[in-house]
Amino acid sequence: MKKALVIGGGLHGLSTALHLARTPGWQVTLLERRHVGRHSSGVNAGGVRRLGRALPEIALSVIAAEMWQNITALVGDDCGFRATGQVKVAESTADMAKNEARVAQVRALGWSHEEVVDQVEVRRLLPAVSRHVVGAIVTRDDGSADPMRTVMAFRRAAEQAGVTIVEGVAVTGLEATAEGTIRVDTDQGPYEAERVANCAGAWAPDLAALTGETIPCGTKASMMIVTERLPPFVDPTVGATARALSFKQTAAGTVVIGGGHQGRNDKAAETSTVLFGSLAHAARIAAEIFPCVAQARIVRSWTGTEARPPDDMPVIGESRTLPGLFHSFGFSGHGFQLSPAAGAAVAELMARGATNLPVAPFTQDRFTVPA
Amino acid sequence: MSVADEWTAAKDGAAPVAEKVDLLVLGAGPAGMAAATEARAHGMSVLVLDENAAPGGQVHRAVEARLPAKDDQDKDGAKLAAAFRASGAQYRPGATLWAVEPEGKVFWSEAGAARSVRAERLILCAGATERPLPIPGWTLPGVMSVGAAQIALKTSGLVPEGAVWLAGQGPLLWLYAVQALAKGGRIAGIVDLSPPGGLRRAQPHLLRALKAPEYLWRGLVWQRQVKRAVQVIPARDLRAEGEGRLARILVDGVAHPADLLLLHDGVVPNTQVTRAIAGLTHGWDPVQRCWRPGLDLWGNTAVPGVMVAGDSGGIGGARAAALSGRIAALEAGRALGRITTDERDGRAGPLRLLRDRQLAPRLFLDAMFPPLPEAAIPDETVLCRCEEVTAGRVRQAVALGCLGANQTKAFTRAGMGPCQGRICGPAVHGVIAAARGVQGGEVDPFRTRFPTKPLTLGELAALAG
Repeated sequence: MKKALVIGGGLHGLSTALHLARTPGWQVTLLERRHVGRHSSGVNAGGVRRLGRALPEIALSVIAAEMWQNITALVGDDCGFRATGQVKVAESTADMAKNEARVAQVRALGWSHEEVVDQVEVRRLLPAVSRHVVGAIVTRDDGSADPMRTVMAFRRAAEQAGVTIVEGVAVTGLEATAEGTIRVDTDQGPYEAERVANCAGAWAPDLAALTGETIPCGTKASMMIVTERLPPFVDPTVGATARALSFKQTAAGTVVIGGGHQGRNDKAAETSTVLFGSLAHAARIAAEIFPCVAQARIVRSWTGTEARPPDDMPVIGESRTLPGLFHSFGFSGHGFQLSPAAGAAVAELMARGATNLPVAPFTQDRFTVPA
Repeated sequence: MSVADEWTAAKDGAAPVAEKVDLLVLGAGPAGMAAATEARAHGMSVLVLDENAAPGGQVHRAVEARLPAKDDQDKDGAKLAAAFRASGAQYRPGATLWAVEPEGKVFWSEAGAARSVRAERLILCAGATERPLPIPGWTLPGVMSVGAAQIALKTSGLVPEGAVWLAGQGPLLWLYAVQALAKGGRIAGIVDLSPPGGLRRAQPHLLRALKAPEYLWRGLVWQRQVKRAVQVIPARDLRAEGEGRLARILVDGVAHPADLLLLHDGVVPNTQVTRAIAGLTHGWDPVQRCWRPGLDLWGNTAVPGVMVAGDSGGIGGARAAALSGRIAALEAGRALGRITTDERDGRAGPLRLLRDRQLAPRLFLDAMFPPLPEAAIPDETVLCRCEEVTAGRVRQAVALGCLGANQTKAFTRAGMGPCQGRICGPAVHGVIAAARGVQGGEVDPFRTRFPTKPLTLGELAALAG
């Protein structure tokens, strides 16, 4: 058996470990500094969305969408996934024009999941939407899932596939050995493996830096609000063309509101903080697009820490300084949907050095200025 | 007109609030009133936020409506309230704080509108909160806490009617019985659930407790008075039953008709706000089995600029709370450069001696009245009322490898409802610790998140300007 280590117990680390453990000949250990799902994996909005993806991400996202439709086959649990659709509303004729151009562009590339709808259809899909909404882009079989339940399902599946998960272990160093393997030093002694995955999220660039590789990457602390339970009034997950919004009602009746409004990160302390002056904008946009929630009581707000490269796209590829180390991080707040497919791609890269999955656009070489 | 004058002059809720203030005090109980008064004496601009309609907190609730004061407690409260009213601190009643951000930005709501201010320093005097006493049937209408009944007694003079039972343990249970009887209330009986051997446990602390003998004396008098008028049944098992509302209680299997059941299992520091502040550390009190913020002698927390005074830093009673409020205000004055370190030390010295004397009986009382054991809570008992999660389900989650209160949220939704664990937190935490067979300090506390009190989306949206 060949040995592999996955660093990071978020959803991408778990998915990578799961896929690799199901590849014959691999013995996989996952190291997590705190506990599985500690940061953004466990607390994100749970959007399972192709709609509105940056063009280089669409191919991987479409494959991931197919995996979500059969998520029970992959991890033995439905992860709370409901294909209730994603809707991005247009609030003006300018928004509508933008939507039409976008969908034309996506369709020209051969994808058909995005669809422009008019005011009549958007009101049919979202009876509670404000009357000023004039139309939308819709992806009818997108949806949402329960983030923590998804993390737990991937964890269970990974362990059943033979992955050893070690929580409370922090990586302190990475280096090549004379035998061609990689030594991973931790605060509880060294590990050794032939392949290592760097799925450490916001802290992944720091691990790369330990091997002398500089990958430009900042952080995000997207803020979320959850309200008290309300009677059911909306099925799809809703966004907006010109404003930052993510809005959905859970099966329990609570409304979860996000959209990428940023709180503050403290990477060293591994905490992030809500800033209400900024979160107020999320509340305002939500209450303007769904006036019925203005009187709903907020019961909680939170943030999660996540890595964000300069172009808001993930870094997936082999290290340029330490062969055998593979990066997978920087999903910039939209990696939840991609996790089943990205994990499969990284596991293939680790096991056989290549993959047919469309992750080529995400190599860190894109940040290298040509000489 | 100075900023402070402008504030004092304003009378209604629409009064303007400055963008910045030297000191923000949360709570107008004994600690908050004393802190604000002391801080004003040293020239700080002070803003006091309090949820209630009038100053006093829980112990001195509505004290100004009972003037002239008759008993010692009301006399203390009336004195504090009068000094506070005259201090020139800006006082916002009906104001609910819901967030504290780094650099002292504080958010609150009053009359349905959200507001914010930047404070150089904070003294949080959030008081105590009742430890829940979950028993089978405690969610029935007709079952409430002794603390809630005491609020009704103090604000509206409401005495319970019909077949009223008190149950649980702790000094407040006896105090409430005394107060209710004095107001002409009738009590059918008291179910004493405290584990036997209280005096034996407390005895090693007796000598120290006698530094302030009036506490013990008062406690003995309360119990004697009550026992003369009311039957007291020592018991281990208590259930509430009824069809749609409380009809009877079962005391160790024996049924008694009941119209109202008042439960009490002691009080714990209210740490709802301090636990939500990033970096503010808490320590575990193994005797009273509760969290309390880590504080230095002055009331400084681990977060610079954020201080705690009164029972929310550790249960000490009203007099100790007022003293710690003044001590914290002196430290705030030093930190803001209003008084020198020598002046702070000089003024605080006698206050600290007085506070030590007030705190002398605490070890005795804490050992005498330990909280009831969570391991004994039957599986079918609802712990989290908002999400209707039973003790059995929490224990199941522990068996599945869920080691902390925060993971229990993901497994069971316990603590995820509108109260965000304010009511059930200590019980869920205790059940997890007992099920794991470890000390409570080894189980992480419920992480609280701002807003620590619910506000509407519309209120928050209005801040977007």
